[in-house]
Amino acid sequence: MKQKGWKDLAPGSVILEGGNAVNFKTGSWRAFRPVWIEENCIQCLFCWIYCPDMAVKVKDSKRNEFDYDFCKGCGICALECPGKKGKKAIEMIEEGK
Amino acid sequence: MATGLKLKELSKKEDLFTHGHRMCSGCGAPIVVKMILLATDYPVVASNATGCLEVSSCIAEYTAWKIPWIHTAFENAAATISGVETMYRSLKKRGKMDKDIKFISFGGDGGTYDIGLQSLSGAMERGHDMIYVCYDNGAYMNTGIQRSSATPLGADTTTCPAGIAIPGKIRPRKNLTKIMAAHNIPYVAQASPSNWMDLMKKVRKAHEITGPKFINILSPCNRGWRSKTNDAISLSKIGVNTCYWPLYEIENGVTKITFKPKEKKPVVDFLKPQGRFKHLFAPENEWLLTKMQEEVDTEWEKLLKEEQCV
Repeated sequence: MKQKGWKDLAPGSVILEGGNAVNFKTGSWRAFRPVWIEENCIQCLFCWIYCPDMAVKVKDSKRNEFDYDFCKGCGICALECPGKKGKKAIEMIEEGK
Repeated sequence: MATGLKLKELSKKEDLFTHGHRMCSGCGAPIVVKMILLATDYPVVASNATGCLEVSSCIAEYTAWKIPWIHTAFENAAATISGVETMYRSLKKRGKMDKDIKFISFGGDGGTYDIGLQSLSGAMERGHDMIYVCYDNGAYMNTGIQRSSATPLGADTTTCPAGIAIPGKIRPRKNLTKIMAAHNIPYVAQASPSNWMDLMKKVRKAHEITGPKFINILSPCNRGWRSKTNDAISLSKIGVNTCYWPLYEIENGVTKITFKPKEKKPVVDFLKPQGRFKHLFAPENEWLLTKMQEEVDTEWEKLLKEEQCV
């Protein structure tokens, strides 16, 4: 992610808009990547409520893909996922593999 | 209209605490903040004591907050929000504002148990209509894991390192929830992110009560607790099940335990996954484990009795 130079900043480095951290991508912190396996998902949304980085996209109460721009790869979602019939719907794989 | 406390319904709400904040991977605090703001159906103004949450949610030209948010010094988060609340009451009285606004103050355990205690005590005593939320991770994690008065007995921190001289912190933690209850305020509660429904119910209830409210929430910190990044929720769950962190509320002096574990687990289950308690499992430190279990048991018994009293 490219950082802003001093000429691009508002005078006094004032923040002009709430929640503009959405423009700061933290996905590069990740060492492990969560992978969503749709057929094992029971749509319980635990991954969504427990995600510290709001990186689980939910549309119309249905779980969508991960937001890899922001996921820091902590693995809470994979651990808390109840899955279907003992099969987890989220797996962690090492980045770059 | 209030949103039902169902994940499917809540997921339709806008995130008032956005991604892109710079909290560590697997931190408990953003989960706590997210749950509180999801449970809130009113426009809300927040103040934030210096701490992990404050410094990493608003760095340079980025902020993760979509609500009016005031950064305060370490010691005056409660004083700041009580000032804002007084201003709001004054504006309302003069007919310059008719909105129903709620006020929340966030503080870590350092900013609440230690440095901010006087301003918090003052705000509670003056009776401002506000909620103070303490996310308790049990040390000054932001500055490099120094002990606070919320650090549990036997924990290894950088200012009470476990070694030959001392086996970690030799003093037990302070029970702030009870100190707040002693202010005789209308609502005091203790919650954990692992029991999200319980946490959100408590926040909802607090919003409907007029007067000062205090909620103490366990917030695991994998850096300071020396645990894995993925166990914020599982650790807080064990903390609740071992009764190390009992979930209860005190409403107008009446204690109610909101969650009783089916089977009370030994406190060792909570300590084992955490590297900060690693030294307690050495043979010479066994007495600390016994002492810790005794303390947890005594507190739990006390709480059960308090519940029966009314």
